[in-house]
Amino acid sequence: MNVAATSHTWGIVWRLAWRNLWRNYRRTLIMLSAIAIGSWAMIVMISFMRGMVDDMINNSVQHFLGHVQIHNPHYRDDPSIVNRMPPLPDQARQFLDQPPWRWSQRIRVPAVISSERESLGVELMGIVPEGEMTLSSLPKQISSGHFLNSADSDGIVIGARLARRLQTELGKRVVIMSQDPDNNIADRGFPIVGIYTASMESLEERYAFIGLHTAQRLLNVGNSLSEVEIQGPDFRHVDNLYETLQQLLPGRDVAPWYRLDTYLGTMLGVMDGFVLVWIVVIFLALSFGLVNTLVMAVYERVREIGLIMALGMRPAAIMQQILLETLLLLLLGLLLGNLLVLLTVIPLHDGIELTSVAEGMEMFGATPRLYPVLYAKDWCLANGLVIVLGLLAGLLPAYRASRYDPVRALSKH
Amino acid sequence: MAENKRVDNKLIDDNVVKTNVSENSAVDCKNLCKVFVQGDARITALDHVSLTIPKGDFVCLSGPSGSGKTTLLNAIGGLDTPDSGEVRIAGQRIDQLGKAAMADMRLHNIGFVFQAYNLIPVLSARENVEFVMQVQGVSMAERRQKTQDILSEVGLDGMEDRRPHQLSGGQQQRVAVARAIVSRPALVLADEPTANLDSVSMEHLMDLFVELNQNHRITFVIATHDQRVMAYARRQIHMQDGKIVSDERR
Repeated sequence: MNVAATSHTWGIVWRLAWRNLWRNYRRTLIMLSAIAIGSWAMIVMISFMRGMVDDMINNSVQHFLGHVQIHNPHYRDDPSIVNRMPPLPDQARQFLDQPPWRWSQRIRVPAVISSERESLGVELMGIVPEGEMTLSSLPKQISSGHFLNSADSDGIVIGARLARRLQTELGKRVVIMSQDPDNNIADRGFPIVGIYTASMESLEERYAFIGLHTAQRLLNVGNSLSEVEIQGPDFRHVDNLYETLQQLLPGRDVAPWYRLDTYLGTMLGVMDGFVLVWIVVIFLALSFGLVNTLVMAVYERVREIGLIMALGMRPAAIMQQILLETLLLLLLGLLLGNLLVLLTVIPLHDGIELTSVAEGMEMFGATPRLYPVLYAKDWCLANGLVIVLGLLAGLLPAYRASRYDPVRALSKH
Repeated sequence: MAENKRVDNKLIDDNVVKTNVSENSAVDCKNLCKVFVQGDARITALDHVSLTIPKGDFVCLSGPSGSGKTTLLNAIGGLDTPDSGEVRIAGQRIDQLGKAAMADMRLHNIGFVFQAYNLIPVLSARENVEFVMQVQGVSMAERRQKTQDILSEVGLDGMEDRRPHQLSGGQQQRVAVARAIVSRPALVLADEPTANLDSVSMEHLMDLFVELNQNHRITFVIATHDQRVMAYARRQIHMQDGKIVSDERR
């Protein structure tokens, strides 16, 4: 009987909770607004922070980081031509030639580039243009001239800012100087065939591109390579690719992006922690209003609670009623908050231009356009945590209500 | 009342109904004691009260304010626990029950009518009457039928959907009575049920109580100051200073 009676009380518990919620509708609307604005603030803020971190990672991924890289085991400690590696074996190439993988191979060494007026340090990238086009954004951002035609191209492509600093221009010649594996100077003149621009100016003076075969001849390394970069569909899911390549390429250094750039990898981890802290901080601010609302709602109904207890409603059902009222308040507030989130995020899907703080954003490796990125897990976490913490906040008033003595409660005025 | 002989609860004189415990008892109290402490003062609300009420009886508890009527009613109804003594409802001892079991006992055995109308303000008249049955798990169809019947019986046809604040005092009290009796409990406890009613409403309500008592054998225990209400009772118990000072059957 008891179990059945308890299940039957749900109908009346629901009705009482819903109607009591609207009994003092002004107070309920104020609390709903607070929950809605709080949840809106927490989710929108998280989406912009996620967007910034995603932007930083995607920028780096598109700028020669990739999702996974393969090197000589010593290359990352000393990225010189001495620590080169032979081309990939056939088995690994066959694996990487299948969708969804995109990959390319490079010579990547430090070098000095000189015009007739200036000399500057750069990263010399010997690349295969067709492969690089599928991986990197820079080859597509040519502002004048053209990108390299082939791995045997005799020209060089540099960034606009590097060209300015070298006081040179399209069509002029520059000299590249580096070291071969025997520590001899390797140098050669190249005509500038293209100039690229980048969303971050720092990139424009960092990379200089020549053909892969041209670089191999310049450095006298046969068909050796400095690195192979692979990209998949999503930077968040690279572990399977990384593990497969590790098995296919024993003796080589296979590393995912978050190990190649530990700053970015840490940022992603820090963001997860930040999201949690941010949700809890916002909720703490909300919880004062929530607890106050619930305490007042219970305090105003002491006599009524005494009455329904006297009529035979169990203490557990009283507790259910107050908790259900809390849950309804939270759900309605979150529903409004989430609608506000959509109304904010959808119109801003093209991002917000932050040119005034572009340099600061660049320092973080982010573009001066801030995009909101909503992760389902952040959305669930924010809503779930608010519900769980809100119910916890409602426990005390609910418990107190369930412990009322019917006689004392009925005598309250 | 003044001429009634003052008696100790354990000493029953010829005019007093014998308090034999039997299976036919709706209520059986033994040696109930209850003391309230307010600051330094100790107020004895119940002083070794023993009482047996057979099923189907119609009892009025009378006495001045502070005599212990409401405390006794609360102890019988399981709303309050005596400091010592035993309370049995339909043979089941209730003074040692936990809160949930006590709530179940009230739900299935007792109907309450309080002095102030004590309706649930967010529910309509119909929903207030249905409340107890809904908690009991009675089906919706049966609830609706019984509620309609009882509201007609108490003269509230057409007012089913009104909220308490849309009803007069008498109408509210009739809803409260309908709620107390709709599930045909074995025992109805009423604390000053007519205190806020005019004469016509009072008579209508008492006639209803008598009709339910006679036709459905519902036991009524009514605490009241009102001589007109006492006139309806078959048995009148007078209390003073926490003791039963007279117990008479008419």
